[in-house]
Amino acid sequence: MIEYRSVSKTFPGGNAAVADFDLVIPSRSTTVFVGSSGCGKTTLLRMVNRMVEPTGGQVLIDDVDVASRNPVELRRSIGYVMQASGLLPHRTVLDNVGTVLRLQGVSRAETRSRSFEVLETVGLDTALADRYPHQLSGGQQQRVGVARALVTDPNILLMDEPFGAVDPIVRDELQAELLRLQRELDKTIVFVTHDIDEAFLLGDQVVILAKGGERAQVGAPADILASPANDFVRSFVGLDKGGRELHVEERDGVRVVVDGQGRATGVLKG
Amino acid sequence: MTWIGNNLDVIGGHLLSHLWLSIVPTVLGFVLALPVGWICNRVPLVRGTVLSLASILYTIPSLAFFLILPSIIGTGFLDPLNIVIALTIFAVAVMARFATDGFASVSPQVLDAARASGYGRLGLALRVELPLAGPVLLAGLRVVSVSSVSLVSVGALIGVGNLGRLFTEGFQTENNAEIIAGIVLVVALALVLDALLVLGGRLVMPWSSGARRARGGAA
Repeated sequence: MIEYRSVSKTFPGGNAAVADFDLVIPSRSTTVFVGSSGCGKTTLLRMVNRMVEPTGGQVLIDDVDVASRNPVELRRSIGYVMQASGLLPHRTVLDNVGTVLRLQGVSRAETRSRSFEVLETVGLDTALADRYPHQLSGGQQQRVGVARALVTDPNILLMDEPFGAVDPIVRDELQAELLRLQRELDKTIVFVTHDIDEAFLLGDQVVILAKGGERAQVGAPADILASPANDFVRSFVGLDKGGRELHVEERDGVRVVVDGQGRATGVLKG
Repeated sequence: MTWIGNNLDVIGGHLLSHLWLSIVPTVLGFVLALPVGWICNRVPLVRGTVLSLASILYTIPSLAFFLILPSIIGTGFLDPLNIVIALTIFAVAVMARFATDGFASVSPQVLDAARASGYGRLGLALRVELPLAGPVLLAGLRVVSVSSVSLVSVGALIGVGNLGRLFTEGFQTENNAEIIAGIVLVVALALVLDALLVLGGRLVMPWSSGARRARGGAA
């Protein structure tokens, strides 16, 4: 469990990214921070592994304040996936994946075998193991990024817009892959995105943020859609323009679901 | 040409002494410039001061430097140490700028990701920043190596034995073969050292030559 207790962050220069933020992130589920740029979502994410230090309040992992932990050790115990993968350009795929294990002093041989294993877990052809990152496609690089984060089998996985820089088709693939991985691995995932569809697809708990890290609404996707807290949320999730309003029309005894623009999107069963 | 055949041992001796008089300052300058460049990249205030100082140092004529040094550090006029120290200072002056640029060329996103993965300060500097600055460092090392080889020749004017002696003696005795042998060997030495550096760079940084090939292939 990750817990934010009245956390604030004011950057030097007086820019308040987050003020008095409270949230509980349950274990073994996916929580998505979603909001426009400048809403403090990445700042909140990076507080978990002390890449950003709060200027007020506490962040706790399993009731232990992260501020009391050695930042380097803490980071090694938490998987981190960032946009544009952040792979080391001078290391092969296999070495990139094994980085944290080597930092933890795991032997070369064991690092190698565990790295191969996790490459298979994320669905990457192990023939690519000896390539350098620039020799891979964006989607492949992102898979390596996920493999690197998973190799130590951490309880927590932080993902900062990991699929933001890949094309839509690859993004769909990677999202489906993440859902599969999460079913198998059962991690506590904290995911940051500006894409509300991605948030609803991946999140068990979705945190919609307004400017300055203000919690606009927190809940399961269905709850947010069923009862948006205010106009900001209604507009952010697309309920105001009729984009998410579906209705049912009868055709030859079959109930067809039609979207706001009158396009048929499917049929209703049961 | 018979002069060359009769004096192979002299030429060989000059070649060897020229070799170490240029390699030692190059290596020392490289090693000393790394921390200087790393700090310059981190602290803008230091960067301005150090790099200006380096530029000024480099404007001192080498011959003047060779002559002044003995009175500053108390070495003899013919001591090869004068050349080693003077050229090391020149090497640092050139290399510090390359090292600063090299460390600045490392992508901030990559550093951020490495930090987030759990690299400590030292690991980050030695295992991420240093290798990634490598291509720019190598470019600097090549400049320093060639300029050291050429500057060592100037040392012959103050009587320190090296290939430059073949010019000074050749001019005095009007021995063209000796002059030409000197020129050819200095150029050859510079080219061989440069080729070795390029080769060494490919071995140590296979990812870098790969990156160049990949970019060339894509274009």
